[in-house]
Order: sequence, then structure tokens, then C-alpha cells
Amino acid sequence: MKKYSAFSLLKNALSYHENWQKVWRSPTPKKEYDVIVVGGGGHGLATAYYLAKVHGITNIAVIEKGYLGGGNTARNTTIIRSNYLWDEAAQLYDLSLKLWEGLSQELNYNVMFSQRGVLNLGHNLQDMRDIERRVNANRLNGIDGEVVSPQRIKEIAPLINISRDSRYPILGASWQPRGGTARHDAVAWGYARGADALGVDLIQQTEVTGIRRKDGAVVGVETSNGFIGARKVACVTAGNSGVVAAMAGLRLPVESRPLQALVSEPVKPCLDTVVMSNAVHGYISQSDKGDLVIGAGVDSYNGYGQRGSFHVVEHTIQAICELFPAFSRVRMNRQWGGVVDTCPDACPIISKTSVQGLYFNCGWGTGGFKATPGSGYVFADTVANDRPHPLAAAFNLDRFNSGALIDEHGAAGVAH
Amino acid sequence: MSRNRLESHTGATLDFTFNGKAYQGIVGDTLASALLANGVDVVGRSFKYARPRGIFGHGAEEPNAIIQLGAGAATIPNLKATQVELYQGLEASSVNGWPSVDFDVMGIIGAFGRLMPPGFYYKTFMYPKKLWMTYEHFIRKAAGLGATPVEADPDSYDKLNQHCDVLVVGAGPAGLVAAREAARTGARVIIADEQSEFGGSLLASKQTIDGRIATDWIASLVAELAAYKNVQLLPRSTVFGYYDHNFLTILERRTDHLALSAPSGTRQRIHRVRAAQVVLATGAFERPLVFAHNDIPGVMLASSVSTYVNRYGVAPGNKLVVFTTNDNAYQTALDWHQTGRQVVAVVDSRTNPSGEIVDAVKALGIEVLVGHGLIEARGKKRVKAALVAPINESGTQVVGAVRYLDSDLIACSGGWSPAIHLSSHTGAKPVWDPNIVGFRPGASKQQERSAGACRGTFDLAGCLAEGASAGAEAAKLSGRGDGGLQFPGFSVEEYSEQPQQALFLVPHTQSTSRAPSQFVDFQLDVSASGIELAVREGFESVEHVKRYTALGFGTDQGKLGNINGMAILANALDQSIAETGTTIFRPSYTPTTFGAIAGRDVNHLFDPERYTAMHRWHQQQGAEFEDVGQWKRPWYFPQSGESLQKAVNREGLAVRNSVGILDASTLGKIDIQGPDAAEFITRMYTNSYLKLAPGKCRYGVMLKEDGMIFDDGVCACLADNHYLMFTTTGGAAGVLAWLELWQQTEWPELQVYFTSVTDHWTTATVTGPNARKVIAKVCNDIELSNEAFGFMDWRDGTVAGVKARIFRISFTGELSYEVNVPAHYGRHIWEALIAAGEEFNITPYGTETMHVLRAEKGFIIVGQDTDGSMTPADMNMDWVVGKNKAFSFIGKRSLQRSDTVRENRKQLVGLKTLKGSDVLPEGAQVVFDAKQKIPMSMQGHVTSSYYSASLGHSIALAVVKGGHSRLGQVVYCPLADGRSIAAEIVSSVFYDPKGERQHV
Ligand SMILES: Cc1cc2nc3c(=O)[nH]c(=O)nc-3n(C[C@H](O)[C@H](O)[C@H](O)COP(=O)(O)OP(=O)(O)OC[C@H]3O[C@@H](n4cnc5c(N)ncnc54)[C@H](O)[C@@H]3O)c2cc1C
Repeated sequence: MKKYSAFSLLKNALSYHENWQKVWRSPTPKKEYDVIVVGGGGHGLATAYYLAKVHGITNIAVIEKGYLGGGNTARNTTIIRSNYLWDEAAQLYDLSLKLWEGLSQELNYNVMFSQRGVLNLGHNLQDMRDIERRVNANRLNGIDGEVVSPQRIKEIAPLINISRDSRYPILGASWQPRGGTARHDAVAWGYARGADALGVDLIQQTEVTGIRRKDGAVVGVETSNGFIGARKVACVTAGNSGVVAAMAGLRLPVESRPLQALVSEPVKPCLDTVVMSNAVHGYISQSDKGDLVIGAGVDSYNGYGQRGSFHVVEHTIQAICELFPAFSRVRMNRQWGGVVDTCPDACPIISKTSVQGLYFNCGWGTGGFKATPGSGYVFADTVANDRPHPLAAAFNLDRFNSGALIDEHGAAGVAH
Repeated sequence: MSRNRLESHTGATLDFTFNGKAYQGIVGDTLASALLANGVDVVGRSFKYARPRGIFGHGAEEPNAIIQLGAGAATIPNLKATQVELYQGLEASSVNGWPSVDFDVMGIIGAFGRLMPPGFYYKTFMYPKKLWMTYEHFIRKAAGLGATPVEADPDSYDKLNQHCDVLVVGAGPAGLVAAREAARTGARVIIADEQSEFGGSLLASKQTIDGRIATDWIASLVAELAAYKNVQLLPRSTVFGYYDHNFLTILERRTDHLALSAPSGTRQRIHRVRAAQVVLATGAFERPLVFAHNDIPGVMLASSVSTYVNRYGVAPGNKLVVFTTNDNAYQTALDWHQTGRQVVAVVDSRTNPSGEIVDAVKALGIEVLVGHGLIEARGKKRVKAALVAPINESGTQVVGAVRYLDSDLIACSGGWSPAIHLSSHTGAKPVWDPNIVGFRPGASKQQERSAGACRGTFDLAGCLAEGASAGAEAAKLSGRGDGGLQFPGFSVEEYSEQPQQALFLVPHTQSTSRAPSQFVDFQLDVSASGIELAVREGFESVEHVKRYTALGFGTDQGKLGNINGMAILANALDQSIAETGTTIFRPSYTPTTFGAIAGRDVNHLFDPERYTAMHRWHQQQGAEFEDVGQWKRPWYFPQSGESLQKAVNREGLAVRNSVGILDASTLGKIDIQGPDAAEFITRMYTNSYLKLAPGKCRYGVMLKEDGMIFDDGVCACLADNHYLMFTTTGGAAGVLAWLELWQQTEWPELQVYFTSVTDHWTTATVTGPNARKVIAKVCNDIELSNEAFGFMDWRDGTVAGVKARIFRISFTGELSYEVNVPAHYGRHIWEALIAAGEEFNITPYGTETMHVLRAEKGFIIVGQDTDGSMTPADMNMDWVVGKNKAFSFIGKRSLQRSDTVRENRKQLVGLKTLKGSDVLPEGAQVVFDAKQKIPMSMQGHVTSSYYSASLGHSIALAVVKGGHSRLGQVVYCPLADGRSIAAEIVSSVFYDPKGERQHV
């Protein structure tokens, strides 16, 4: 892999950019792999990357039915934070945050991880109790965060409305300075380029249609381009996880629903941080291009269509206009939806299954982008060693039988 | 007279300013036509390279002329000058360019454009690591278009829900005749068009229809439509989204053509339309040609040049070169010739164009260069010359000598792209058609059909015919008419057209990577070489290339650039366009004001405020309020200058020592009736209600399937098969939905009905040792003795002359009567009780005191002491779980799961700080060892914490791992300020541990 740098850019500019190396190969699939990763989203690509990089397993294919990073990875609003309430979740997301902090250098690909901080607003006394509890927990877990006053919020985000007269006045917020955003496409592409360089075959436009098993163990996958053998199959298919699990006769406690997002037209810098509100229900940040990036809650029905209903968009924008009355005259440029895989406790599944050699990493729902590096890291370890990584152990499938749920609902603010 | 205004075109003048300079336009102008009339060339700077840019199009497709309108609170960023109607006093400015658009220092960056190929930012700014935030700061500063206002929006916005039989989108020839056909059947028709006037492409046309010139024909058709009662005409109305179940959204701009801010009424409104049938007649966009420096001001779409000439009377230049791949653009040469200005040449990429219109142009003596390409424009802030050269038949190579044509205006046309946006919103997959060199709408996924240019039919006669049958068909399918046409034919004079050439990238003498930039997407500075570079780097999917180069991500959403970009990509991949695929268009068709989408539901209408019947009284007493769900509840009643703590101390002591009164009206109330009511309720709560007799109440807890507490409250048996269920204030709606869910989906065989009666009743809780004496003064038809009316009983009676239900339930641990009367008697009862209690100094108290009093008793608040991970056993409330119930209850099975029966679960306990004056902060974490290093092992947290005036020390409730077996142990709460507060684990019941006071 040829390294990217300002120097390489200059050098290539002199030759009219005619000599850049390909970011990745377009290989024809081999007959068999040690590990097949199903799903070429950020999590799948990160899994393949760490399998190769950390565990030295390079005979790997990532099989993607569309194009790399085209699922929720390409559709999300890229909020990154690790201020989760429960120890298990906080540790996993903070591992991820630490990996984000060095990811551009690790991948030699600028993922534009921008630590511009995340505010989670409180609008009533119970919100504030929850915020205190979460920030205290974060602090004792070694995760940065503080509870800030409306005045401080106004300093951080000057256009926000902190009037006591608003319908649900802002009473305070949690503030995690290490949180922020990143460039979603770059994350997928950076991991893909890194994995490819380590020998991973990235196979696009190929859909997995079946999981072949023999004597209770996985032997490979049926695809739209024929059978491909594998000793281990690691499924990282987000909103389609229920469908893929059914191919192996498994049922997952996952519901797939539309989650929508939208962007405004690009405007000059006016919001330097990420602002999220649970009670008023919306969140917003501004991208480097200048778009206001906005989202809110899931549509309330299950489905696989990557589209939602207009009234959800209306509620979302009402919330944003409530928080930022000055944005009322800005205009919505584009609106879209993804299919998110939600678990009853709003926490992911990173787990072995009852089929030997078959692993699942899903259930990240509305908030898995931030977990991309950590998720790939612990899942690779789980797959390589056929036992849960210590930080993944709590996220096994068995918790839905034992009842050891990690309930991040509510306590975590809007779950993104 | 402005220098580019044609003398034939007159009208009342309008003054306006652009970038601070005063100009004049005339009524009917857009800002773009007025600027062109005044000879303003540079209107903006490009996003990435800060290149000077001029007006390119004349409508929604405009990529360059992005402006900021007005200043102050009502300023609007990012409008397209081509869509801004001129009004007197309009002020506009460019969104980029410093110190000015004419001289932009950032333009220097343009000179280093080669260092900024697509995706350069992914490859740089990584080292040193800590500088990224600094780099990013400057990247952000350079990005963005206009600026947001910094004050609240002075305007208001409306919404309108509408149903119709036929919605016609677009009022060009196809849409107008479609609307007329539908209207004649009696169908309810809405016809909407983004422009200020109906007529679409005909507004700029010199053609005749049925012997009348186009504009006259339109006028009479519009007049006819306006006369129908069943037709609604919506000009200035953009259909911006097409959603499932034929739901479409329309943004109507009501006052933007009059002033920056609405002179009166609402500025814009959204029509939320559910249409039985839809006719899409949205027209087509002309495609630019991709040649070197095609972005210099003075390069325009051929149809735009014609539109400015014919519709606005503006000739935006002097010496025109037309560059085309088709017959259509020859019209522009004819139109220009009519202005008396010079047509330098028509450059046609085809080798042997020979149609009628070609002859017509030649007949005027205009030079036609066939088999030629316009390979490069020259000039800095305005075109000065066009470089033309012979090209090969397939349009891939320059094959002859380059010639300079002296010119200041280049009109280009690469054919037309149907506006398939709305069809694409429905999920229909566009189909590439090489015959029209464009995508046609895909097979319908909704009740819609396309007609006219948006379907790839470009001749006027064809548009009219398709429009008519689409209108008739839509009406028929909506149940009106028989599908037959009222106006079967139109007589139209038009030139017959010969085939166009598919030319997506005009060759240059140099290779694409070395030629001057050939722009594909102007707004985002995406060039042909950028697309080829993306392919060279291994991006093969159209989505990857779009994302890598940013193609189509501008505010014009690639209306001009997408097809060329895709074709260039296909060529680089050596694929057909059909194989390369298409991209999906998403709402909004053109950008939509946030305020309009929000509508009225902002500020105090953001969410309804709910008040109890006594709200005014509370206000008059100077109460401070707390938001609980949608309700405004009195939080505390400060007396002159009292702090929260002082007020709460006073209120609490009053209850404990004499009597207090609480407005408890907000608690959720659900009336439950039916022969299976008791059975149903018993399945919902953990305990049984089968034997609850009329006149009795019982406290219950509801669990979710996972066994975790979800709500709690008292349920009273009013009569046989009739119950009243109380819920928490915040949980009311959720509980009702929960009951309905189980009844409707799981147990439809149970006959039981639910009615929310929360707002029907007002509840005044009279509580304290003197409560009975107070009630006795206003109620004499209920025997109030403890023997006759005991704890957890309820009675019907009359209170202060009003029929009332009184419940003897207690959330304070004191003798309590909850007086319920129909809501409109609320204030009367409240005042009567206050008067009756005067001699006992009856004290109104708010939610804060309520919280303290119940915490003294160890009563939980669901949602505060529980968080969705707590079982009844965790709350030390095993007694509420009926283990022997015949039928299971929701959550029962989960209570047996290994994790639920595990020891060491977090359990509710009391905490007493070692120093009684220390009040633990709510939300503090509990640890056993305060000296350990971070990360600490957290054992629980404080859920409720107060200073108790009755007890004279602080009290707290907490959940602590294994707490029930740790009574007496000391734990610590490490605080953010570094202190650590020590507390002893005690029983969660601090006051009256035997619970005697409520039974007296
Ligand atoms: C609108 C929206 C906003 C969001 N905002 C945030 C946010 O702000 N912060 C945050 O942290 N998270 C956010 N999320 C969630 C986040 O996007 C996801 O949790 C995360 O991207 C999941 O990554 P992934 O790689 O697992 O999934 P994906 O990127 O969806 O990848 C799964 C891949 O599997 C492929 N696949 C599926 N089935 C098959 C098959 N049978 N064969 C082959 N391939 C298959 C799919 O094509 C897809 O590419 C948001 C999500 C949405 C939709």
C-alpha cells in the first residue's frame, strides 16, 4: 500500500493524478476462506481489518450485496460519543472512542474524526437526574464529561435558545468534549483499503443467500454468484440481520425499522458541536461542508424499505426549530432513511451462536456508527478465538434468556 | 434602460441592490433576469476553487447563482437567483467571495486546484495528529454557502391537509391539459407549479397552438381551469416530496414575491395532500455540455438563453455561439437572431444535421459548423472566445485544427434529461433510454403516471396528447369520467426533429486529466477528470464515485450534472450507462424551508401545555411550576422570598403536623369496564383484582415482559365489572396504549373497554392528621370514621355541594382523602377545601414536597427510583407480586430468569449521610471504597435525595448491589468536586416505619 501524505499529493499532482494506486482490488472470490465476513459496512470492514491486522488471519473475504459502506454506514449522522450509562456499554464505546482518536493515522486515511464535543440536553428535573447519574458514572469509569449550565451551553452553541419561556426550557446538559463526528464514507473506505492491503478480498455486488451447515457447523455461504466455502462466517449485516440469521435457522431478538435523517443546504459555520435532546427529540450538528445534519427517532413500524414517513420529519424539524429558532429560515436539502436493527435493551449483539463457526454482530440500532472501530476490534477477537472478547461478553445472545439486559433506553438520551 | 434589456420588453421598474450596488429591474423579472439585464456577470464563487461563476440556467436547475437575500432576522440563505422574484427594494448578495465576488482572495486557491483533486482531504491533514482540528477549522470556514440568521424567525407558517382525486404536478403544456381533462369529469383536481406563472416551457416559446400564440393559449386555459369549482390552482407551489400511499407534500410560497418577510399572514404553507391519482408533468432539464472551462460566466444553457430573451426580454450578451448535439438548440440561434444581436456560429457535434430547423438557421446566413466541438471557453470573468475544432464522429477526439471564435456568450445543449425526481421518490427505478439519451421514469410504484417531457416526450404535440390522456386516465381511476378525451387533438406547428447525438464529454486536444477543468457539477467543482480519477483509484460503483467526488450533492441535487457524470463514469468503466445504473433522487425536489415543515408546532404550540382546573389559583398564589410530561404542575408555593428548600420544609411540616392539600389531578385515570375487566386487570398488574369488591382500592405494579417495573398506581373497583385505574402522570398515555395493545393483539377474547378519563376529573388530596376534620366540614353524606371508611376504601358522596368520589389512599403516609370531582368543579372544590381547612392552616404543597414526603415513607416513584431494570423484588416490594394467581401476569415468567433471581442485584435501600446536614446529590454513584482508583467499581446510585424537615436530617433512596443484606454498612458517593460523602445503608422507610399514621 502506497502511503498517503501531503507529499504524495504533491507528487501525484505533478503527474496530473494519473498514477494513483487503486484503493482496493476487485478480486474474484476464492473457493474457500478461513473467515467470511457477511456485510461490507463499517463494522464488517473493521472486523476484517482487525482479523488480519491483530490476529494475522488474512484468508478472508468480505461479501457485500451492494457497494462497500452503502448501508447504514453511508446513511448515518455520524455522531460519536462514549458517555453511555452502564459499565458494559460505556467500556465498549470508550474503547471505540480511543480507537477513533488514532484511526486516521492507523489507517493512513483521514476519517476526519472531529472532536467537537457532544451536548445531551436536559429539559425537566428527571432529565437532569438522569444526566447527573450518567455523568457521574462516566467520570468514575474514566470517561470525560461534565454537567453544564444553560449559560455554558449558550457559550458552546451560541444560537441555541435557553430562554426559560420556551415550552421545554433547557435546564442543563451533559457535555462530552471528546465526542464529535467523523466522515462516514472515509471510515468504510479507510478500513476497506487497509484490509485489502493486508490481503482481504473485498467482494461487492454479491449477496449471501444461504448459510450452508454440516453437522451443526458452518461450511460456507451460498451467494448470488455461487457457493463459497468458509470455516467461519461472521455476519455483520445491520438491518438485514434477522434475514441472514433465518438462513441459519436462527431467530434474533432484533426488530428492523426505518430511521430517517436529513440535511439542510450548506451554510457558513454556525454550530460547532453536536447537540442532542431526548425530551424535545432531535439532534443536530454541522458537517465540514456546512450542512446541518439532523435526525431524531425511528419510525414506529417494522420494515426493510429504506424510507420513512413525513410526519417524523416534521416532528424532527419542529424540535430543531424549538432548540434553534434561527434555523427556521434554513432549508431542507435532502432527506433519507436507513433500516436499523434494534434490540429490546438498545444494546448490540456480539456473539457466538448455536451454530459452530457462525457469529453475529448486530443490533447496533440507531447508534452503531460510533462503535465501528471498537465493534470490529472485539468481534475480530471473538471470531479469531471462538470465545467472546472480555468487552463483548456482556453482549452475548444468551442475555435475552438470562435477563441480563443492559438497558440503555432513556438513560442515554437519544440513542445515536 | 439596462444594457441587456430588449427594447420590445417594457414594464414598471423595480429598484434592487446586489452586493450593495443599486440596479433596476422590471415587474416580472427574477433576480437572475434582472442581473443579466444589468450586465452583471459574476454572481458567485465556486465552493472549492473559488472560481468566478455566472448565471447558468433559469430555474430550479441553477447551480451557480446562489444568493443571500436581505439581512437581519429575516435574511434567507442560499436562494437561487433564478427562482427569486424581484420586488421593490430587494437586497441580495453573493454567498461567497472575500473581499468581493469580483476579487476573491480565495481565488488564489483555485490556482492550486490541482492539489485538490477529489478526496484530497482523505489523503492529507493527518499529520501531525493534533493539528487536524486546526486544519478543519479552516476547511469549515471555507465551506458553506450563505449564512443563517442569528435571530428567531419573524414569520409564521401554516399547514393544510387536503384530499383530491387528481393531483397534477407541473403546469406546462402536459400538466395544463391533464388538469383540464380531469377537471371536466368533475374530479377534484389540484394543479401545482413551482413557478409564479403557469405555462412551463411555453412561457418562453414562440410556438402556436390551435392557431394561437402560446402565451395566449395558456391564459385562456388557465382562465378555464380557474372557473372550475373543483379545481385548485397552486402557482409558486413546489411538490417537494412523494411518499408512500400517494401522500405528497407541497410548499406554497405565499409572500416571498412581495417582501423578505410576510407583509401579513403566513409566509409559506405546506399542503399535505393525499391524492387518489397523480399526474407527473414536471418537464425536463436541458443538459449542459462538458467542455474545458465551461464554467466561465457567459456559458449558459441554450434554453435559458432563449428563456431570458423570449420571456424576460433580456439578451445576456452580444456575440452568441450555440453549441449543440441536437436540433432543439437551433431555436436559440433563431431567438437570438431576432434580438438583432450577432449569432457567431452554431457548433453542432453531429456530422450531418439536415433538419428543417437547421435549414432555417442556415437560411439566415448563420454559420453552422458541423462535426465540430466547442472544446474550450476562454476568458476570466466573462467568456471572451470559444475554441472550436472538428471532432470525430463518435465525439471522442479532436481531429482538426482549433479555431477561435470571438464571442461573449455560449449557449450549450447536450439534450434533455426528464425531471424524474418525484417518480424516483416513490422508489421507481429509472430506466435508461438511448433513444432520448436520458432516463425515463421507472415502472410506477404508486398511483401515478408521467406525461410529457418528464416521460421523455419532447415534442409539443406529443406532450399535449400525453397530458390529455394522462388526465383522463387519472380521473377515471379515481372514479370520475370514462377515460375518454374531451379534447382529442391539438394543432401545433413545430419543426420535426432528427436524432441527437449522445455526447457527455467534449474531447479536448489534451487528455482529460491534463486539459483545463471540464466541469460536470458546477456547484461542487466536480470535473470530468475528477470522475476519471475516482475510477482510476478503484471506485467503481456510481454511489462511490458520487460520494468520492461529491457529484450531485449540491443544492441543485445534480439536476444538471448527474447524467453527464454518470455517462463519463460509464465510459471510464467501459460499461453502458444502463449497467452503471442510476442514482436515487430524494426529497426535497428543491430545498424546503424548515419553518414551513415545522408549521405552527413551535414555541408554545410545540407541545400542548396541560393545566389542571386549579392552574389559575396556583398562579395567583405565586407557585413555581414543573413540567411533568405535558402537564404544568405546581412544584412549590414560595411565600414572599422563600427559597425552594424553605418552602418545602414549611409545606412538609404542615402535612406532618396538621394538614396539606395537593393538586393530584394530573395522575392518569383510565376507566375500565366489561365482563372481563377484573381478569384483564389481574393479568396486567402483578397482584390480583378478582376479589376486589366495589368500594375498595388496591395498589398495583405493572411490569413489561422482561419483568421490569413499568408503571404503578391504585386501581379502584367502582362497581361490578367497572374499575378506575390510576397511573403515574407521565405514564398515562403509555399505560393506555399498553392495555390496548394486549387486549387487541393478544387477548381479543376478553371483553373489556378502556377510556381515558384523566381530564374528566379533578383531584384534590387532603392529607395530614387533621384531614378528616377538614373533609367533615364540607361533606356530610359520608360516614368518615375509620371503621366506616377505612384505608384503601373509596366512597361516593357530596363535597361542598358537588358529587364526588373520595379515595382513602395515601402517598404521604398520613391520613389522606383524595377528593375527585368532575373537572369543571375543580376550582370550586379546591377553594372550598382551602376555606374549610383555614382553621387548621391547611397548606397547599407542590410536587417537591410530595416527593420528600413519599421518600420519608420509602414509597418509590417509577421512573425516578426505577429505570427499566428494576423488579418488584429489587424495590423490596415482593408483597405486591401475587405468586399464586391463576393466570400468569405480564412479566411473571421473566421474574424467574437466572439474572432476575440473582443475588447481588441492585436493590432499593435508604441512605443516611453520616453528617445529617449533607444532602447527597441525586444521581451520585455509590462505591464501597472511596479510595480506589478510576475506573471505580460502582455499586449503585442515589435515586432520590432530600433534606427532611420532619426528621431533621437528610434522607436518600438508592439502589445498591445486594443492598437488602447490607443494612448498616457505610458506602461512599464520590462527587465531581473531589469530595466523597459517606452514608450508612438503612431501611428505605424513614418515617413511621409501622405505617400507622395512614390508618387512623
Ligand atoms: C439515519 C441514521 C442515522 C444514524 N445516526 C447515527 C449516529 O449519529 N451515530 C451513530 O453512532 N450511529 C448512527 N446510526 C446507526 C449506524 O448507522 C449503524 O449502527 C452502523 O452504521 C451500522 O454499521 P454496520 O456496518 O453494522 O451496518 P451497515 O453499514 O448497514 O452494513 C451492513 C451491510 O450488510 C450488507 N448486507 C446485508 N445483507 C446482506 C447479504 N445477505 N449479503 C451480503 N451483504 C449483506 C448491507 O448491504 C450493508 O452494506 C444511524 C443510522 C441511521 C439509519
